[in-house]
Amino acid sequence: MSRVGVFVCHCGNNIAGSVDVKAVAEEVGKHNNVVFATDYKYMCSDPGQQLIRESIEKYNLDGVVVAACSPAMHETTFRKTVNAAGMNPYRCESANIREQCSWVHQNDEEAATEKAIAITCSIAEKVSSNEELESLVIPLTQRTLVIGGGIAGMQAALDIADAGYPVILVEKANGLGGKMAQLSGTYLNFNAAPDLLNQKIERVTHHPHIQVILNAEVSEVSGYVGNFQVKIVNSEERVENYGGDMDDSQSSPTNNHSPFTFDVGAIIVATGWEPYDLEKLPEYGGGLITDVVDGLTFEKMLAPGNEIRRPSDGKTPQEIVFVQCAGSRDRERGVPYCSKVCCMYVAKQAMTFQERVPYAQAYVFYIDIRSAGKNYDEYVQRAMTDFHVLYLRGKVSKIFQEGDKVMVWGVDTLSDRTVEIAADMVVLATPMTPPAGAVDLGQRLHISTDANSFFTEAHPKLRPVETLTAGIYLAGAGQGPKDIPETVSQASGAAAKVLQLFSHDEMTSSPLVATVIPELCAACGVCVNLCPYGARQIHPVWNIATVNSALCQNCGACVVGCPNKASQVHNWRPDQLLAMIDEVL
Amino acid sequence: MTDTNLLQQINTLSSQTLQLCYHCHKCTAGCPVAEDMQYGPDRILRMVQLGQKERLLASHDIWLCAACETCGTRCPNEIDIARVMDALRQIAIEEGVTVSEPDALKFHKIFMYGVQMFGRSHEMFLFAAYKLWTMHLMDDMDSGIALITKGKVPIMPSLVKNRAEVSKLFKETQAREQESRGGDSE
Repeated sequence: MSRVGVFVCHCGNNIAGSVDVKAVAEEVGKHNNVVFATDYKYMCSDPGQQLIRESIEKYNLDGVVVAACSPAMHETTFRKTVNAAGMNPYRCESANIREQCSWVHQNDEEAATEKAIAITCSIAEKVSSNEELESLVIPLTQRTLVIGGGIAGMQAALDIADAGYPVILVEKANGLGGKMAQLSGTYLNFNAAPDLLNQKIERVTHHPHIQVILNAEVSEVSGYVGNFQVKIVNSEERVENYGGDMDDSQSSPTNNHSPFTFDVGAIIVATGWEPYDLEKLPEYGGGLITDVVDGLTFEKMLAPGNEIRRPSDGKTPQEIVFVQCAGSRDRERGVPYCSKVCCMYVAKQAMTFQERVPYAQAYVFYIDIRSAGKNYDEYVQRAMTDFHVLYLRGKVSKIFQEGDKVMVWGVDTLSDRTVEIAADMVVLATPMTPPAGAVDLGQRLHISTDANSFFTEAHPKLRPVETLTAGIYLAGAGQGPKDIPETVSQASGAAAKVLQLFSHDEMTSSPLVATVIPELCAACGVCVNLCPYGARQIHPVWNIATVNSALCQNCGACVVGCPNKASQVHNWRPDQLLAMIDEVL
Repeated sequence: MTDTNLLQQINTLSSQTLQLCYHCHKCTAGCPVAEDMQYGPDRILRMVQLGQKERLLASHDIWLCAACETCGTRCPNEIDIARVMDALRQIAIEEGVTVSEPDALKFHKIFMYGVQMFGRSHEMFLFAAYKLWTMHLMDDMDSGIALITKGKVPIMPSLVKNRAEVSKLFKETQAREQESRGGDSE
């Protein structure tokens, strides 16, 4: 026979307003296993918790029921309370007489009180047969894999390595820097950027805690948080570049390697972006007209020291038309999303062009200007006021070649007139898209991708750097279009998440997981297929189903599915549930 | 396609930076005469940005603007559109463009003449001279009578003390204008 104590909370008037709490305490006190029952105004307050601790000692309780709010609210609070008094925390349960009783039966005190008694008695019955459980201890490899050596991957790697933990940085290409290395400069602080990037590359390359593996890809990932096994193979690009470019790469990073496997505790996915395929925009002359280029190509033309010359005949262009949203925000021909960075880099490119080429004129066609960011709108305004870049609100309908000019047909909706410009060159601000292998990589990592093949974050507002797979984090444009400051912030955020994970030598997790009764298990494999978390497998030697406690999320699907009732969840056993139902009936 | 000179010219004449315009249309939304305008204040600014000089100078809007300053007061970029309208009217007169609202020009001229004579506006003089010049003798009679009976239109002008000073201002401005115009032609 158990010695259970029951503590009925008034929650101010929240419960006491429609439930006769004294009657509940009195009735539940008559239950076989209950040796003490009382009520108090606020159980979660300090005096309330003190009352629970003192009663455990005074009445030598071995189980506690707090009849109060939902367990989602204060279960953890009360389990800590009883633990402080020396009781196993899993011998304490919340009986929900607020959300599921007093709040929904405010006009019927008699019925509400009756229901509160039934709920509390059923939980008292459950507690009396609860097992004493200990937190599970899971080993943790304090090493991180960073996939992608662009600014996102490098920032994350540096933050983690600077904290003293080893990082393996895998990059598909044969050099670090990613797309940022292809930029002529960045907006707001044009000249400083390339230097800053080079400093970062330098630091990553020579950091004692960072191992850079170039020309490599992740081919297989298995395991779970704290205990991933990763296999690395040569990237396809390496084979392509085997001939010439190999000599250019940095000396210290590992270049020549056969496939190998290693263990890591956390993974940061920083795979970045690729420009949209220009050939998908034939109405804008993409892939058809030599002097129609995309933003990234124009960046290379603007590189410091370069003279701006158009691709077809090497002449210096005098008039350039920039077309924003070329392919983005276009469900019909392109991608539905806003690529976010184009309004800003087009302003930068137009200003740089006008600054470098005397008497030049840049035109920018736009749907609307999205310059949300610190000092961003002022920057775009400068393009108009100080550099006299002419902004035309409207989408370009057609671009075609006429002689050595590129003709642009557009409209200026602000003056309600069609516009025709005979330009020397056209720059299409095409959208950032995920790299071709993003979906495949997502499947290998067991993380999801959205309709546009960007990696999906765990929560769009409150968990933007995590994935739904524990231990795998996101940084940079692989998650969605973003600019450098945003990318760096997210990378540091992901690094902080990894360091949070590494702040203990091992991980603890809730012992409330599924178990298998070996005598009942027929190794039919139903649970293996049912488990949404991949926590079940059939043991190769013993031939029974096993549970990986680190992966199990206690959802109970295996319990429902098991034909032999061999699968059970701790402290929610069938005998307990039947006893609880008996109490209620 | 653009006459960027026009933008520069208007910016200088009106001391404004028209490239700042967001084209939010707040000016047009609040303009008391926008209903009777062809384009409205926002489109006028856009036409200056695009250098559409002929359309601008031929438009009724630059003459219909009452210079009430509502637009300039409300503009998020502090663009004083009334001054832009003034600059446009000035260029139209200088270039001898056919004025789309000749009565408005006559009103302006009479108003300025009155100020030059009396040192400030004299409503009775303004009424009489405008009606005689335009021959719109019977227009707005109802509001005219109401104004007179309420004593809002004094028969005799109230003269300012230093009429000579005001007169001098006019003369000097005219002289300076002629000088600069002479300088231009050289």
